[in-house]
Amino acid sequence: MNDVLRVSDLTKTYQSGSRSLTVLHDVSFQLEAGDTCAIVGPSGSGKTTLLGLCAGLDSPSGGSVTLCDRNLGPLSEDDRARVRNMHVGFVFQSFRLIPTLTAIENVMVPAELQGRLDVKHEAEALLKDVGLEDRFDHFPSQLSGGEQQRVALARAFINRPAILFADEPTGNLDSETGEHVVDILFRLNRDAGTTLVLVTHDLELANKTNRVIRLKGGEVVSDSNPREMASASMNGGD
Amino acid sequence: MEATNMQRWMFRFARRDTRGNRGRLALFVSSMVLGVAALVSINSFGDNLRTAIDAEAQTLLGADMSLESSKPFSDNVESIVDSLGGIQSRRTSFSSMAYFPRTASSRLVTVRGNEAGYPFYGAIETDPPEAAEQYLSGDGALVDGTLMQQYGVVVGDSVKIGRSMYRVEGRLLQTPRESAAIMLFSPRIYVPLARVDTTLLAMGSRADYEVYFRFEDERDVEATAEPLRESLQEERVGIDTVEEERENWDEALTNLYRFLGLVGFTALLLGSLGVASSISVYVRQRVQTIAVLRCYGASTWSTVGVYLMQALGMGLFGALAGSVVGVSIQTLIPIILGDFLPVDVSFNISWPAVFMGSGIGLGVTILFALLPLLSLRNVSPLAALRSGVDTTALEKGWMWWATAAVVGLGTTGFAMIQAPTPLMGLSYAGGILVVFLLLAATAKGVMWLLVRRPPIRTSYTIKQGIANLHRPNNQTLMMVLALGLGTFLVTTMLISEQTLLGQITVAGAEERPNLIFFDIQPDQVDELIATVEQTGLPVMEDVPIVTMRIQSVKGLSVDEMRADSTVRTSWAHRREYRSTYRDRLTDSETLLEGEFVGAHSGSGPIPVSVEVGVASELEVMIGDQIVFDIQGIPVETEVASLREVDWRRMQTNFFVVFPDGTLDNAPATHVVMTRADSEEASALVQGAVIRSQPNVSSIDISLVLSVFDAIFSRIGFVARFMALFSISTGLIVLAGAVLISRFQRIEESVLLKTLGASRKTVLRIMSVEYLVLGLVSSATGVLLSVIAGWCIARFVFATELILAPGAILTIMGVVIGLTLIIGHFNSRGVYDRSALEVLRSET
Ligand SMILES: Nc1ncnc2c1ncn2[C@@H]1O[C@H](COP(=O)(O)OP(=O)(O)OP(=O)(O)O)[C@@H](O)[C@H]1O
Ligand SMILES: [Mg+2]
Repeated sequence: MNDVLRVSDLTKTYQSGSRSLTVLHDVSFQLEAGDTCAIVGPSGSGKTTLLGLCAGLDSPSGGSVTLCDRNLGPLSEDDRARVRNMHVGFVFQSFRLIPTLTAIENVMVPAELQGRLDVKHEAEALLKDVGLEDRFDHFPSQLSGGEQQRVALARAFINRPAILFADEPTGNLDSETGEHVVDILFRLNRDAGTTLVLVTHDLELANKTNRVIRLKGGEVVSDSNPREMASASMNGGD
Repeated sequence: MEATNMQRWMFRFARRDTRGNRGRLALFVSSMVLGVAALVSINSFGDNLRTAIDAEAQTLLGADMSLESSKPFSDNVESIVDSLGGIQSRRTSFSSMAYFPRTASSRLVTVRGNEAGYPFYGAIETDPPEAAEQYLSGDGALVDGTLMQQYGVVVGDSVKIGRSMYRVEGRLLQTPRESAAIMLFSPRIYVPLARVDTTLLAMGSRADYEVYFRFEDERDVEATAEPLRESLQEERVGIDTVEEERENWDEALTNLYRFLGLVGFTALLLGSLGVASSISVYVRQRVQTIAVLRCYGASTWSTVGVYLMQALGMGLFGALAGSVVGVSIQTLIPIILGDFLPVDVSFNISWPAVFMGSGIGLGVTILFALLPLLSLRNVSPLAALRSGVDTTALEKGWMWWATAAVVGLGTTGFAMIQAPTPLMGLSYAGGILVVFLLLAATAKGVMWLLVRRPPIRTSYTIKQGIANLHRPNNQTLMMVLALGLGTFLVTTMLISEQTLLGQITVAGAEERPNLIFFDIQPDQVDELIATVEQTGLPVMEDVPIVTMRIQSVKGLSVDEMRADSTVRTSWAHRREYRSTYRDRLTDSETLLEGEFVGAHSGSGPIPVSVEVGVASELEVMIGDQIVFDIQGIPVETEVASLREVDWRRMQTNFFVVFPDGTLDNAPATHVVMTRADSEEASALVQGAVIRSQPNVSSIDISLVLSVFDAIFSRIGFVARFMALFSISTGLIVLAGAVLISRFQRIEESVLLKTLGASRKTVLRIMSVEYLVLGLVSSATGVLLSVIAGWCIARFVFATELILAPGAILTIMGVVIGLTLIIGHFNSRGVYDRSALEVLRSET
């Protein structure tokens, strides 16, 4: 029972009028502590939907998600929020920093939500770690995209989460900046021993994880290690 | 986390989250500042007023006690007066014509014949001050200041009342028991009682006989007065004490300022709606922030709590600012209401009023803010993963409805407490709801029409400007509500005023009489008619009037009825009737039931015609008996017909009409009506009459008009006060709405620029937007006010609606102009922003 994330027969159906649209179909997988996993697939294949369900941001139509030994199914929205607060970190494609808070204040938010109000030093250390030691008091609008995403990384790690969900963390960045951010992501991840779930279009990025789950039309078409993936994508990947 | 840490975080986050928005939030809340200011100032002033009245209660009466009757005191009453002792001062008041020989002008006035001593408390204020004493020692007179100004009378002039001539010693500034508003109806002239021309009193014109007491022993005045009341009532003598006077003023003035308080509350409601509307847009722009907080584990309520704390902060700021503004406004109220007030009100801050005003402001703001904030519970953390997931506009849920119910009940409850009577408060709350709903419905309808059926062949600019009013998160409805309400109030007031004044003008128009002579003795009628005809004017009516009271109805005496608490009596039983006799109906009368009897032979009860309204008050029908008391002689009558009377006609109308010849022996006075087509002709004939028959009074319709005018200008103040608050609130909401949509506007303008639109085009589109907004708001207000005006004209004045298109267009122009100015002022710089700046800075 050391699985950080256990997903069984996960199904998500959207009802639009009389038509129902199944965007995820019987998805199952498990991740252990320290695992790194990429979810890849063409646009509209259900990657973001899967991520949202795993993190307990949404409820599934069928199947179950167990996050850090808590079955999310019967939990209320606020109970799931508590689980996220204790165990989960997030990195978003469009950064999602809170525009009215400074860099350091943004980093402190998850800790403050835990009731830890004096985390200034931890936040400063994290910002230094991502190379932003002279930008503590800058607002998001005063930072470049890469800098904003690095602040978001620092924010994601302040609660030492058991698992980190990242939805296309480099999607809004140029490749060089993206690479820099990814390096930091993997370094922090390794240091903290965090499980990583990464949604990406970028095969090179996917290659850095030790497991790749490939979705197509809401179903898992392959679940393999990166070396197999690379050859598979040569013939007919996205 | 621990509850206290949670609250600390909420507070910390709420404070941080307002960064860069504080100016904007202050602007939102300033729409509610005016309402709080109104409540604080009015209630604080009211408290001061009450204190002043309590402190000066004795000056209100000017004595410890007074007796008053419309007849000279009987022997019985005189012996009561004697037994009361103390220091006494008598006064006799009556209406009469005053004639100013130097200017050859005359005016109906109230003459007060005074003795030395009164007022025992307080003072008659005059200019020069010593005149207050001097006039009593010779043939002096004190004349109402406004009257002197109007008629060009100066100190030292003569004034003739009846056959007595007086020297004007000074102008009356302030007197006990009389406010300047009363003076408008009938200006006062004070003369020594000993110098009054007593023949004026003998000739049956109405008079008031009073005696004022000052008791030097420490007796309990209330206890002295109580046992006398019954026997004095039988003699139709009123008794008044300081305590009673204080209570009367207290009640009247409390009603006045409570009504004004309702006005302030309306402004507050409107302002709070504005705050709620701004907050709902503001939090919708915060959905991403909230979603991120939710991802990181913030609970539903803690996010609502964060923004509730911001609302609380805004409410506190608004309450504080409102109190400061309110206290400053308070100093202005006595200047405006001074004419209605019997005492000087000093300036003191009433803390209970400040706490109540700011407490209500805070409460209302938070309740109204809660309505949009509750929808924050629906924000899903998924919104952080995907943009465009807007979950705030979802279903309202029971909590929303519960809050809305609390808002509604609270509003109604407060209105019921604040209004002079609970029923008034209830109808007030209902009225506000109806007006708000009508305004909203009309505004929606007009906007719908503009979009569905735009003015044909519209240019791109106009289409775009109109479309802008529909941009997401627009506050068009709220602005139309506030601006429309303001326009509605001003215009309704204007229309009612025009209609009422117009009605009087119409009544006095063309072939109708406009100059009335009254208090004519029977033996004076022929001479008066001759005098009038000599000046070339027609005598249009000559009507005899006999005063009488009702002794019994259907065999039951009025005294018995009043003693019996199970029988209902009304003003109709108690009043003095001024009846006439003639052989036909006039053109202002319509026979409803029975037969009008024009002549009657001696035997049996006299068949009379009764006005239908008074008949229903007396609960009499055809055939019922009424006994009238005419100067002590009982006269038996029977209701022969019921009439409807058009009271609006400027002519003599009567509740009861006797057949010709039946009252020949009763003491009558006559009223003669004529028509003078110019002011000079009117002055000429009045002058001629007053010289030959000084006891005859006259009144010119233009005088009535000018009195109405003066009263309206004061009542109109209340409406303008309300409208001012309402329009200011609308403009503040507009300023807030423009600021809140600033980013959108900049994006739009950048887009238009990229597409090649010139600066001029962008400005023109914005102008169209504000123009349409102002137009729709003011047109909505005007439309509703015309409907309201029509209802008032139809059901209150029973007349035709009179519109003043020029004035209405001016009001609309001002509202549209203000909308354009405020809109453009807050949009300044929008065009000049570069695309890059837009991408980076605004959030
Ligand atoms: N609320 C919704 N209602 C209906 N359909 C939805 C909803 N949300 C997502 N979908 C559909 O679910 C499918 C999967 O969407 P999802 O966002 O998970 O794809 P994705 O793999 O993340 O795509 P991309 O790579 O473009 O981000 C899409 O076809 C989308 O249209
Ligand atoms: Mg996606």
